[in-house]
Amino acid sequence: MSPFLRVNNLKVHFPTDDGVVRAVDGLTFDLEKGKTLGIVGESGSGKSVTSLAIMGLHRGSRAKLSGEVLLDDQDLLEISDEELRGLRGRKMAMIFQDPLSAMHPYYTIGQQLTEAIQVHEKVAKKVARTKVIDMLGRVGIPNPNKRIDQYPHEFSGGMRQRAMIAMALINDPELLIADEPTTALDVTVQAQILDLMRDLQSEFGSAIIMITHDLGVVAEIADDVLVMYGGKCIEYAEVDSAFHQPDHPYTWGLLTSMPRLDRLKQDRLLPIAGNPPSLINLPPGCAFHPRCAFREFAPCACDEIVPDLLESYPKHDSRCHIPVAKRADLFANVIAPRL
Amino acid sequence: MSLLTITDLRKYFPTYTTKLVRSQGAPVKAVDGLSLSLNAGETLGLVGESGCGKSTAGRTILRLLEPTSGTIEFEGRDVTKVKGEDLRKLRREMQMVFQDPYGSLNPRHPVGAIIAAPFEIQGVTPTGGVKKAVQELMERVGLNPEHYNRYPHEFSGGQRQRIGVARAVALKPKLVVCDEPVSALDVSIQAQVINLLEDIQKEQNLAYVFIAHDLSVVRHISDRVMVMYLGRTMEVADRIGLYERPMHPYTQALMSAVPVPEPRRDRERILLVGDLPSPQNPPSGCVFRTRCPYVQERCAAEVPLPVELEPGHIVACHFPAIRNVI
Repeated sequence: MSPFLRVNNLKVHFPTDDGVVRAVDGLTFDLEKGKTLGIVGESGSGKSVTSLAIMGLHRGSRAKLSGEVLLDDQDLLEISDEELRGLRGRKMAMIFQDPLSAMHPYYTIGQQLTEAIQVHEKVAKKVARTKVIDMLGRVGIPNPNKRIDQYPHEFSGGMRQRAMIAMALINDPELLIADEPTTALDVTVQAQILDLMRDLQSEFGSAIIMITHDLGVVAEIADDVLVMYGGKCIEYAEVDSAFHQPDHPYTWGLLTSMPRLDRLKQDRLLPIAGNPPSLINLPPGCAFHPRCAFREFAPCACDEIVPDLLESYPKHDSRCHIPVAKRADLFANVIAPRL
Repeated sequence: MSLLTITDLRKYFPTYTTKLVRSQGAPVKAVDGLSLSLNAGETLGLVGESGCGKSTAGRTILRLLEPTSGTIEFEGRDVTKVKGEDLRKLRREMQMVFQDPYGSLNPRHPVGAIIAAPFEIQGVTPTGGVKKAVQELMERVGLNPEHYNRYPHEFSGGQRQRIGVARAVALKPKLVVCDEPVSALDVSIQAQVINLLEDIQKEQNLAYVFIAHDLSVVRHISDRVMVMYLGRTMEVADRIGLYERPMHPYTQALMSAVPVPEPRRDRERILLVGDLPSPQNPPSGCVFRTRCPYVQERCAAEVPLPVELEPGHIVACHFPAIRNVI
């Protein structure tokens, strides 16, 4: 049986005056219901563009899309705008990073959430309203009866993000894409929201794509991890394997460059040299090679040949020229001793 | 003698119910009784959630904001009321690195002019000339000195933050307040800037007030850490004391909420309910009591005073207890 969501060789290219920007360049992954995929990457790695492509939000822009996005065997890149509108908000929904700009300031929370129901279902306003109040209560907003008639600006950051989640979940979507849903929030509120997403997932059994730059968030919530760099997937693995046996110099570099509460204090952080590349002017060969601390161990020219995404361990793929055994050896001197 | 001593510092912002000056509402108590001391070459981390007053505290210490009351002593001298030319001279000793690497650099000035500004404003002529000094600084913070004539938009976020650091340390100040200096940067770049700050500190024996919401970064860089909530100090201790034996429930909640890049670790989470109360109308007694999982009757009635429970470990809580949360 084919998986619930299959993204196959997805490419999103933007033609510009200065050349083609390959924001997403051949991305492949599967996601089952009830599972969470964490997509990690720095700014400009193509992670948000991927989510917009799945939601069909590049339509009408200059983006050139190719590949397949199969949701229940239906290719989202092929279907008509009308069919897509029927899916958006019902079968798949999105949580954006900044709820203040993603919500309309002029309408109450209630109006915006009822609209989300009424677009897909013919229900009486009263019925929809009851459903909205119920949903607001479920995402942990106190006094939903009163809050429903308030405007987004009357909500605090955490409450607004809850309202946003309520809006995304109101039609029980099977696929939920969360694009940095907790980045703008304080850690204590972030913990509440992550807990909420976990609870709701076990209740509704939806598939979640969690896009974030925070490896800690991924470790908490994801089942699978996909690390993006320069528009390409450079490592794709189950969460335990990805964190305990990072297999790409970039992933390893990310883990060593962050100070960690669960480890002894390092004397000195080991940063990744240089800056993330610009997508319009990607380095040739492996896009990470100018920053890679281990290129000398590669048997071939990293700056000429693009490495393939290959399976190095069961269910653990990575894109690197250095032989697997050598990498395991190099990355073995793990970060800092555990507490 | 400590470099900086702050005693009972308060910063209130007035509010108005209408446009009339006489219709004053309750002030926002952004910083409400902050006391701390800092030695030369030491780093004090200031942590808390947004709205806890940590940035206001940092700005008030540098006299970028006028304190409502309290005293700021710098090298044994009361600088709370210093004005004009004296204040300008004082700024040679105390500088700031800002959070936003985009908003804190003038887009119409080339980098050379931005880093040279402290020399000009203070009327300092370094040996070998300003240009040479600026280029040395650029080299020191890891920028190419030949990029002297480039404008801020030609640099990446991490490089801009380096420019901000170069400007702050140009005149070899004794104290630098860093307000969230790495939170706007990508993970791989954060470590570069943190290492740079640490290196410069060692070279120049700088003292930092390091303001951040990221507890892991603060643990890495700080000698001592102060946890703030709603304008008040909840807990102060040296790094090991605070992270290994946190005693205030708020500190514990903050720490337990930090996501750790280690999957499937079952750890005790202290989940806080609700949001930060309004600083205009803070709860009576202990300001944290509305979200505290261990709240008791006494907490509403009585403001907990800061008590030194271990040497150098000060906690403002009626019921402090060590709980292991990491």
